[in-house]
Amino acid sequence: MNISNSIVEKAADATAKVTPISVVRRVRGLSDRAIAWLFIAPAIVLLLAINIFPLIWAIYLSFTNYRANRPNAAVEGVGLRNYERVLTDPDIWQAMQTTAHFVFWTIVLQTVIGFTLAYLIDRKFRGHAFWTTIILIPMMLSPAVVGNFWRFLYEPQIGLFAYAVSWLTGIATSDIRMLGDVSLAPWAIIIVDTWMWTPYVMLICLAGLRSIPDYIYEAAEVDRASPWRQFWSITVPMALPFIMLAVLFRGIENFKMFDMVTLLTGGGPGSVTEVASITLKRAAFESWATGRASAFAIVLFVAVFGLANIYVRALNKVKQR
Amino acid sequence: MSCANSAHSVVEPSFTSKRIAGAIVILYALITLIPLVWIFLTSIKSPPDSISYPPKIVFTPSLEGYCNLLTTRTRQTPEYIASLPEPTGTCDEVTRKRNMVIAGPSNFLPRFFNSLLIAFGSTFLAVLLGTMAAYGFSRFRVPLADDLLFFILSTRMMPPIAVAIPIYLMYRELGLSDTALGMILLYTAVNVSLAVWLLKGFIDEIPREYEEAAMIDGYTRLQAFRKVVLPQATTGIAATAIFCLIFAWNEYAFAALLTSGSAQTAPPFIPTIIGEGGQDWPAVAAGTTIFLIPILVFTILLRKQLLRGITFGAVRK
Repeated sequence: MNISNSIVEKAADATAKVTPISVVRRVRGLSDRAIAWLFIAPAIVLLLAINIFPLIWAIYLSFTNYRANRPNAAVEGVGLRNYERVLTDPDIWQAMQTTAHFVFWTIVLQTVIGFTLAYLIDRKFRGHAFWTTIILIPMMLSPAVVGNFWRFLYEPQIGLFAYAVSWLTGIATSDIRMLGDVSLAPWAIIIVDTWMWTPYVMLICLAGLRSIPDYIYEAAEVDRASPWRQFWSITVPMALPFIMLAVLFRGIENFKMFDMVTLLTGGGPGSVTEVASITLKRAAFESWATGRASAFAIVLFVAVFGLANIYVRALNKVKQR
Repeated sequence: MSCANSAHSVVEPSFTSKRIAGAIVILYALITLIPLVWIFLTSIKSPPDSISYPPKIVFTPSLEGYCNLLTTRTRQTPEYIASLPEPTGTCDEVTRKRNMVIAGPSNFLPRFFNSLLIAFGSTFLAVLLGTMAAYGFSRFRVPLADDLLFFILSTRMMPPIAVAIPIYLMYRELGLSDTALGMILLYTAVNVSLAVWLLKGFIDEIPREYEEAAMIDGYTRLQAFRKVVLPQATTGIAATAIFCLIFAWNEYAFAALLTSGSAQTAPPFIPTIIGEGGQDWPAVAAGTTIFLIPILVFTILLRKQLLRGITFGAVRK
């Protein structure tokens, strides 16, 4: 690319000053069409090589009994048996349920808190830009690295979280075993996820609120609509497409949730926090059941893709209103 | 919420409502900050201080966490330690107080260096390929452009673990597993989708007339791209680069599954730092602090472009 660029430029420099553009183009032999493809092709080729090719390979593997730890064993086609096993495996259904539980609660909490914060920041109090930047910090950090440190905060005897909860509620710190207690562990993850990603929802909601033109509120004021009425008839509906977009992005991300769960609980205690990605990782890299894991991966991808598509349709309907 | 009782525009919130809003937001921001402040405080505590109960807010700062992060140590008898020559540095000193001697450097710096190499390498490639593709999509009539763009976006919907299996197999065949090159290519592929979408938005906003004028003045298409479009797109390119950098810097799943030793990055490494009898929290906190600082700086630099980056440019502020 670089070489051809410089040759082209030298030739062009020599001729450009005196020659009409059409002639230059013919001399160089690079039509706009060629440039377009030349520019787009590298990105597409890379995506085909590192995203699409592996996906097709995974589809192929999902119909076989291949095991990655035995690369020399004979590979046999097993038809739809892997899919049958995946779809009838109670553990996988349990993992899907756990995932759905996480996605649901993180979205509810992050949307409610995020929208509230955006609504308050939109009042433009003094110093709002500074505090907004502070709030945005967690979402820029590494979920794995920060999640790992939260394990320390959650320690019942020495952790700051247990100490703070105990100080506020009077419950003994030894009873605040966030990561060891079956009923608390899912919430330990939901809390960290909410801490990290509420700013994300907040930011998108803020963009939504800022997009509402002032004259609508002025008209409502003239009509003597109460603030409550204005909130529900103007603010919420006008910001809804943005909120829905935030929910879409968070939903897709949390469906794939892996790093934070791995580091906080590793799926435990027992398997109460075992989300789909963790089950998949176990099947693929611990049991080395490559074929079955691939089938599960395809099922997951189809599920995300299908749900996202249905959701985007709903989003477009809301936008058109 | 009430905005009727002020003398300003009817939609300007009142002074009191601003104050209440401000107080709630600041409270939330401070709660958000606690874990981060705690990471930093833990990093400058001695190990006994870090696990004392109730948690210590006032303590004597110590560099032990940073020393433990950067070195490996072995336990020795007090007699042996007494027989050694005078300690040469602070780390020597604190280590000997715990009846240990420094055996050598730890793996942290190589892992940190891997993170730098892989993050910057993949960012450079993703931005290069992304800028070219974005210009292509923005300025030329590409057949099936919408489908291609959607295809590019949809590659981000796949759970990393789902493609990790075939990528693992592919890399094993090609000798790319546990290499920096393999990770750079992988992160480039993941980031290029974001780069194309973001940069297309930025380039769309540069008027075509600029290039047309340049081309009438005798520039070729490529010259116009280089000398007119690229300088105009600098801000957008910089913002895109930082987003790609942040992703590659923070990524864990691929790194944990596809690297095990020489190409391992910091995110899978930091959680494995252990001391005697469990996790050495000051050392972990020290590693975390060093690892987070670049991102904190970028967040502050980036706050204006943040929204576009996280929504693939779907929302503009």
